[in-house]
Amino acid sequence: MKFKLNTDEAKLLKKVSGISSDDIKGAYNIRKDGKAIERVVTDNINIVTKEDKTGIDIYIKENTVGEQVHIPVIISKSGLKDVVYNDFHVGKNAQVTIIAGCGIHNCSSDDSEHDGIHRFFLEENAKVTYIEKHYGSGNGTGKKILNPRTEVNLKKGASLVMDSLQISGVDSTIRETYGKLEEDANLVVTEKIMTDNNQYAKTIFDVSLDGENSSCKVTSRSIAKDTSYQEFVSKISGNTKCFGHVECDAIIMDRAKVIAIPEIDANNVDARLIHEAAIGKIAGEQLTKLMSLGLSEKQAEKQIINGFLK
Amino acid sequence: MLELKDISFERDNKKILDNISLIIDNNKFVAITGPNGSGKSTLAKIIMGIEKPDSGRIIFNGVDITDFKINERANLGIGFAFQQPVKFKGITVHDLISFAAKRQVKLNEACEYLSDVGLCPRDYISREVNSSLSGGELKRIEIATVAAKKSEFTIFDEPEAGIDLWSFNNLIYVFEKMYKKITGSIVVITHQERILDIADEIILLTDGKIKDRGSKDKIFPKLMKSSKCKFKISKGGTDEI
Repeated sequence: MKFKLNTDEAKLLKKVSGISSDDIKGAYNIRKDGKAIERVVTDNINIVTKEDKTGIDIYIKENTVGEQVHIPVIISKSGLKDVVYNDFHVGKNAQVTIIAGCGIHNCSSDDSEHDGIHRFFLEENAKVTYIEKHYGSGNGTGKKILNPRTEVNLKKGASLVMDSLQISGVDSTIRETYGKLEEDANLVVTEKIMTDNNQYAKTIFDVSLDGENSSCKVTSRSIAKDTSYQEFVSKISGNTKCFGHVECDAIIMDRAKVIAIPEIDANNVDARLIHEAAIGKIAGEQLTKLMSLGLSEKQAEKQIINGFLK
Repeated sequence: MLELKDISFERDNKKILDNISLIIDNNKFVAITGPNGSGKSTLAKIIMGIEKPDSGRIIFNGVDITDFKINERANLGIGFAFQQPVKFKGITVHDLISFAAKRQVKLNEACEYLSDVGLCPRDYISREVNSSLSGGELKRIEIATVAAKKSEFTIFDEPEAGIDLWSFNNLIYVFEKMYKKITGSIVVITHQERILDIADEIILLTDGKIKDRGSKDKIFPKLMKSSKCKFKISKGGTDEI
């Protein structure tokens, strides 16, 4: 292990990817302040720097089973705008876990921004679990901005499970996820976001179910506190016999605002599409129940939020 | 010991509780029964602090708790099982049991509470307490949670409501077991004869007033007479038996 991080950077890395310089396995590429600081590849997973733009291509050989790829990004330099293009090429029948994540530590008055554009190309029957965490820290007035864009292309029988979590401290984010699914492909997205103070978060989902028996389930749970503002825009197009389900659930507190704009387009008589959206404050009966077990109102509120975002 | 002094509660110009005064001694199993709308559930909620009485005082072990919040009463030793158990998103059965016990309850201990209410621990301990659970399952989890709290004074608001017969038979067993296990008072709001059967004392509430209280032998015939008369009257007869 060559890379060295200061305490704040090590904390960021741990928070967004669960790894540290002495505890990391499999293939990885660690990017800090706009540069790759260390890369390890394995027999089955190769990581290659792009020549035409910033970013990497990750090649996962067919039939690779049980391996992990870590591609965390940390930014501790204020005033930096880092744009990175990462493409994942996952071979037939491979079953892997990809852990991305971006943490920004900003103690100055200049904004720091990371825009990660991730494209997934899954060959037939490949299965990927993709975990993405976003986190901001530091008490400077400079904003911590994260704009992830994820494009998912699933060939016949492929599946991708995406867990996306914005823990806290991100001032502004526009999170876009696009999907194109072929026959028997399956996409499951779970997004959890919490905003507070004056933060802004916008989520855009646009999934096209093109192949017969393709399916998609999107679950978004968010909490908006203080004067923060969230938008949730989703569109699922069912172009054949397929199943799509979007569930957007938001807890609103203080003077926050949440807007949910659902769209389901059934372009085929056999398309089955469902959208559920609920926005509201914490249910009074939930507080009452936990208080009847001895928790104060504040403690009850905290546990309800913790559970909601678990 | 719990004492209610002249408790009154009125909503929409209707007296729901009318000057209720009542003492419940330690280590008693008391059933409160009465027709629908007689004020039973309101009384239970007033004891827990979920509703505030318009007048009257509530004394628990010598402390006037009338102005205490729900959690303050809970921490003094009052427990409450909801008639309609509350559902959550993300909070698991294990979480609820741990909140109730005020510590991270170990898995084997949490499983014991579930076994006691007839649920297979392995299937339920990590389940979210959400709408994927049936009414009967939620009810049993509610009882397991209240058991884990180990309150000195526990109120069950119509535990039989919304559960199937099979679950109900188990429920009786659960109450008997719980009564043997915990040292404290249990107050059950109920319509069920089989729960009334195992109570030390029955309180009959009608139109917001305590109409009678006493042993099962004393109250039961009156209760049966009252329900038979109502049936006869509803069919056009007299209230004579």
